[in-house]
Amino acid sequence: MTLEAAVQLRLGALDLDVALEIRAGEVVALLGPNGAGKTTLLRALAGLIPIARGHVRLDGALLEDSATASYVPTEKRPIGFVFQEYLLFPHMSVLDNVAFGVTARGASSAVARQKATRWLERVGLQELASARPSHLSGGQRQRAALARALAPDPRLLLLDEPMAALDASARTEVRRDLKRHLASFDGVRLLVTHDPLEAVALADRLIIIENGKLVQQGTPAEVTERPRSAYVADLVGVNLLRGVAGHGSVRTDGGHVVAAAGATSGEVFAVIHPRAVALHRQRPEGSPRNVWQGRADAIEIAGDRARVRVVGPVPMVAEVTPASLAELRLAEGSEVWLSFKATDVGVYPA
Amino acid sequence: MRRERVPIPVAVLAAAGAAFFVLPLAGLLARTPWNDAARELITPVSLDALRLSMVASISATVVALVLGVPLAWIYARVEFPGRGLLRALTTLPMVLPPVVGGVALLLAFGRRGLIGAWLASIGVTLPFTTAAVVMAETFVAMPFLVLTVEAGLRSMDRRYEDAARTLGAGRWTVFWRVTVPLIAPSLAAGAVLCWARALGEFGATITFAGNFPGVTQTMPLAVYLLLESDHPQASFVLSLVLLAISVAVLVGLRHRWLGTA
Repeated sequence: MTLEAAVQLRLGALDLDVALEIRAGEVVALLGPNGAGKTTLLRALAGLIPIARGHVRLDGALLEDSATASYVPTEKRPIGFVFQEYLLFPHMSVLDNVAFGVTARGASSAVARQKATRWLERVGLQELASARPSHLSGGQRQRAALARALAPDPRLLLLDEPMAALDASARTEVRRDLKRHLASFDGVRLLVTHDPLEAVALADRLIIIENGKLVQQGTPAEVTERPRSAYVADLVGVNLLRGVAGHGSVRTDGGHVVAAAGATSGEVFAVIHPRAVALHRQRPEGSPRNVWQGRADAIEIAGDRARVRVVGPVPMVAEVTPASLAELRLAEGSEVWLSFKATDVGVYPA
Repeated sequence: MRRERVPIPVAVLAAAGAAFFVLPLAGLLARTPWNDAARELITPVSLDALRLSMVASISATVVALVLGVPLAWIYARVEFPGRGLLRALTTLPMVLPPVVGGVALLLAFGRRGLIGAWLASIGVTLPFTTAAVVMAETFVAMPFLVLTVEAGLRSMDRRYEDAARTLGAGRWTVFWRVTVPLIAPSLAAGAVLCWARALGEFGATITFAGNFPGVTQTMPLAVYLLLESDHPQASFVLSLVLLAISVAVLVGLRHRWLGTA
C-alpha cells in the first residue's frame, strides 16, 4: 500500500507545491512552522480542498488528477481523518460518533454499533459509550476520534495535530497510546505536527515543509544530524550556516569566512553544535580557528544548561553551564568573545 | 451592574413608556369575563376561528420550513450574482405593511393575476380559500424563519460537515445527520417565530383571503369582527388566548432575545 501524491494549489497567501510518497509500513510526520501548508496539504489529500495541479494516488487507484480532471469526492475516498480539535459530533453519543462512518459507508446500524463497540473496547472507552463528547477528557476525545476514523477500515489515516488540543500533563501518556494504535493500523499513516518531539516520538520518517515547499525529508536521525533549513536547525537546537566551501573553510552568504576542517567545494551547509561554542570575557589565546567578538543578546537557562545567543558577524548560539555563565559575569547585552574549532564544524552539501 | 442615580425626567418618561405597554394588557385582563371565558370560547365562531388559525398557522410553518430552509441554505452557502437583491426581496415582508402584501398576492394569484389567470384556466382558484390564508401567512411569516436559519447556518462550525464527509457521508447524510442537528436551536426558534407571526396575521389574510367564517376567518379576524358586534366579550377571550400564546413564545425564546437574565 502506498500513497503517492503531487499537490499544487494556492490558498490565500499560501502557495503549496509538494510531492510525497508514503509506504504502508511507515509512519510519516509532516513537520513545519505555522502557516507552512501542513493542514492544507492534509485537507487536499482528503479531497476537502481541490488540487490546482497534481494528483493523488492510493494503492495505485487514482483519487484525483488535474490532468484528466478526475476527482473522487471525499466521502468516496478510503480515508480516516483525525481533526485537530477532534470534531466529535456534539449531538451524538461516543458510540454513535464511532458508528457514524460505518453506517455512512453502507453497513446496517446493528452491524455499525457492534463494530463501534469493538473499537471503543480497543481504545478503552467502552464505559463511556453512551456519554456525550463534551463529558470526555482531552485524551479520551482523542481516542474516540481515532476510533471513529479507524472504524470504517480506511486505507489512509490522516492526523492533523493530534496532540495540540491536549494539556502538557496528559501528553506523554496519550502519545504512548497513540503510538500503539498507529502501530496496529496497517494502512498508510501521515500525521501533521509542529512539535518536533512529537514527530520524533511517533514517526519513522519526517517530511519538513516550509512556505508550502518540501525542504527536507528523512529519518529523525538524518534530519537532526543534517538540518537543511534554519527552521529545522532551530528545532534541533544547532547553529546552521549556509555558504560556499573553499579548501578548509566556508564563506557564508553574509561574506564571513568560517574555518571548517571538512570543507572542500560547492554549496554547503555548515552545522555547529552550541556545546562546541566556547565563550570568553577576553580574546582567547590558543588554537581555535574561529574567534570573534559579539554581544550576548538573549540568555536562557534550562536546568543545568544556559543557552546564550550571540549577535555578531554570524549569529550563534552557545551552550554553557550556569556556573561558567556566572564566572563570565555575563548578562544580556554584555560584550563577549566566542570561539569554536574548525573540527567542530560539520559540512555537507546543500 | 453599577448602581446609577436616575434623573427624575428620565424616570418619569421611562415610567410612562412602561405604562403604555402595561395598561392595555391590564385593560384586557380586567375586562375579560373570567367566569364565562370557557363558554365564550366554545361558541361556533370562536371554535371555528381557533381551529382554522391552528390549521393555517401550522400549515404555513410547514410550508415555510420546506421552502425556507433551502432558501436559507442557499443564502448562507452559495455566492451568486443578485444574491443580496434576492435576499432583500424575500426579507421585505418583515417591514412591508401586511395589507400591501395581501394586495400583491391578489395581483399575482388573483383570478386576473399574473399566475392566477393561468391557474383559473386549469380550474384552480386560490383567493378567498383556506389555501389563501396559508399563503398570506407564509408570505408574511417565512422571512423570520429564513433569517433565523440563515444565521444558524452561518454561525455553525462547518468543519463538522468536513468530518462527516471524511467518514463517508454524502451530502444528504451530512445535511440530515450533522447540519440539521447542529442548527436545531435556530431551526426551532425560526419555526416558533414564524408560527407566532403567522398566527397573528391579519392584514394580508383579510385582503387576499377575505373574512369567511369557517373558511378564512382566523382568530385575529374573528377578534376584529366580534369586537364590532353586540357581543364583544368573545373577542376579549380570543384576544386573551392570543396573548397567552405570545407570552409562551416569549418565555420559550427568552434566552435568544432577552439574554439569560
